[in-house]
Amino acid sequence: MRFTVGRESDERDAGRLRLWPAAIGAEVNLGDRLFRILTAAFAALIVLMLAAMAIQMTRASALSLSRFGFGFLVGTDWDPVRESFGALPFIYGTIASSLLALIIAVPISLAIAIYLSELSAAPVRRSLGFVVELLAAIPSVVFGLWGVFVLAPLLRDRIEPALVPFFGGTANGFDLLAAAIILAIMILPTISSVSRDVMAAVPKSQREGALALGATRWETVRVAVLPSARSGIVGAIILGLGRALGETMAVTMVIGNRGEISLSILDPSYSMAAVIANEYTEATGELHLAALSEITLLLFIVTLALNAAARFLVWRVARLPGEKNRL
Amino acid sequence: MNSYLGRKTIDIVARSACLAALLVAIVPLAGVLFYLGAKGISGLSWGLFTELPKPVGEPGGGFANAIVGTVILVAIACSVSLPVGVFAGVYLAEFGGNRFAKAVRFSADVLSGVPSIAVGVFAYTIFVLSMRRFSALAGGFALSIIMLPTITRTTEELIKLVPDSLREAGLALGIPKWRVIISVVLRTGAPGITTGIMLAVARAAGETAPLLFTALNNRYWSLDPIKPIASLPVQIYTYAISPFDDWHRQAWAAALVLVAMVLVLNILARLITYQRGGER
Repeated sequence: MRFTVGRESDERDAGRLRLWPAAIGAEVNLGDRLFRILTAAFAALIVLMLAAMAIQMTRASALSLSRFGFGFLVGTDWDPVRESFGALPFIYGTIASSLLALIIAVPISLAIAIYLSELSAAPVRRSLGFVVELLAAIPSVVFGLWGVFVLAPLLRDRIEPALVPFFGGTANGFDLLAAAIILAIMILPTISSVSRDVMAAVPKSQREGALALGATRWETVRVAVLPSARSGIVGAIILGLGRALGETMAVTMVIGNRGEISLSILDPSYSMAAVIANEYTEATGELHLAALSEITLLLFIVTLALNAAARFLVWRVARLPGEKNRL
Repeated sequence: MNSYLGRKTIDIVARSACLAALLVAIVPLAGVLFYLGAKGISGLSWGLFTELPKPVGEPGGGFANAIVGTVILVAIACSVSLPVGVFAGVYLAEFGGNRFAKAVRFSADVLSGVPSIAVGVFAYTIFVLSMRRFSALAGGFALSIIMLPTITRTTEELIKLVPDSLREAGLALGIPKWRVIISVVLRTGAPGITTGIMLAVARAAGETAPLLFTALNNRYWSLDPIKPIASLPVQIYTYAISPFDDWHRQAWAAALVLVAMVLVLNILARLITYQRGGER
């Protein structure tokens, strides 16, 4: 889905918005005041929702927080029967699959962003850009279905046998590699469309300057566009990472769901989101439920931080001087 | 490197590499759509849309209840997220120069990045724990949180695009400001806002993770908002991880139906903005 970060330029809006109450129509009647309060109340609901999520998740995981403390993060034993919970295997699986996905997705999505923003004509940009964004519209469970019946058998029979000598593990198709490939496909539209917007926000005069000095198209991109867009591109990558960490269905279906840490990318693994999806409805004890809630809380806090950081980085580029309305 | 020919070569290689990356990205999209077509169409039959799921081993059966369930869940989600999202967007666009509005924008953006599974857990703690049962209501609530940021931010963007001259014209006629906003500003922005809503609906309709432990699933007809309800994504998931070939076939057919719904919504939404873009 398209991410709305970056379509922002506070200073300009603040200037215009101050006009409303002051110059054009002061709040003379009761209706105006009520309307403003009503809409403000709805807006406040969004903030409250986020706060309520944080509170509810902390409350739900209180039992596990107090019982295991910091050990929860480094424990490797997950046994609902003996009520012993350590989340490290899931944390490892989540981080490993997401980073691997970034390694695959970042070069491809940046190249796409460069092509769409700098190297293509407007009609190409519009139609191909749309096709890439359609990729983001396909539901996660459908990617999972495709992963189970198409990607995993393909990896198992054709690709992984050749990789086993290098990475160890076994060629079974349901493993970290499969999860990373699916994740890469899913975060590719996010990274490419946000970085494309960021590059488009770089002032045109910079490109013209480079071209006027005799730079080729590619040199222009390298010298005039990428340096200014850098922080926004980092923001786009962080957004992609946030999506990858929280992605549930497709990963659950192909990662193999085995809660052991193995360094081979060809071994089955387990992710935080997957263990929540698999065990939450069937959690028997209160401690089990609390432990799962604590994993959710962790995921929530990490994605919150990543999104806040990404938002900041993407905005920095949006505030570049000149051509204010591009973003 | 410094010779003209060398620079030219690098230029061509880099540009071709970028184009190649774009083609690489289209491969998985084409792959998914191809398999959906190949495996889904052969499984399609009229019965899928009119019948309930049958027990394993009995041939036939369909997912009529899941289609209706998805519609109901999205309707419940809309009934919450439309008013909240649109009015919050109006606030941000019309009165949003202050700190509170900044906090709202920040929350909306961050909310859109919260993993959908976490939203499911949140809805579980609010509804399922207090009502002591899985329900369509809980599922719809979870979906509404997923739709909310998109609706809010698109409403805000679109309302900001409405020219001030329209507002001034309304005020000059002596219409109160709130009436101007509702009858003139919102109306002018309506096509774009509809786009945002359609994109949000398309996303919500395809979500599985938040429904797993809120709406759960249901093998029978249910229109009752306080009972578990079936949905297409959850049905696809259940069938896909089952060991039965017949269910796998139905999973592909259901996925085809779901993707068709989602893509049609997306394309319609883009068409609306495309027309508007032409006017501007």
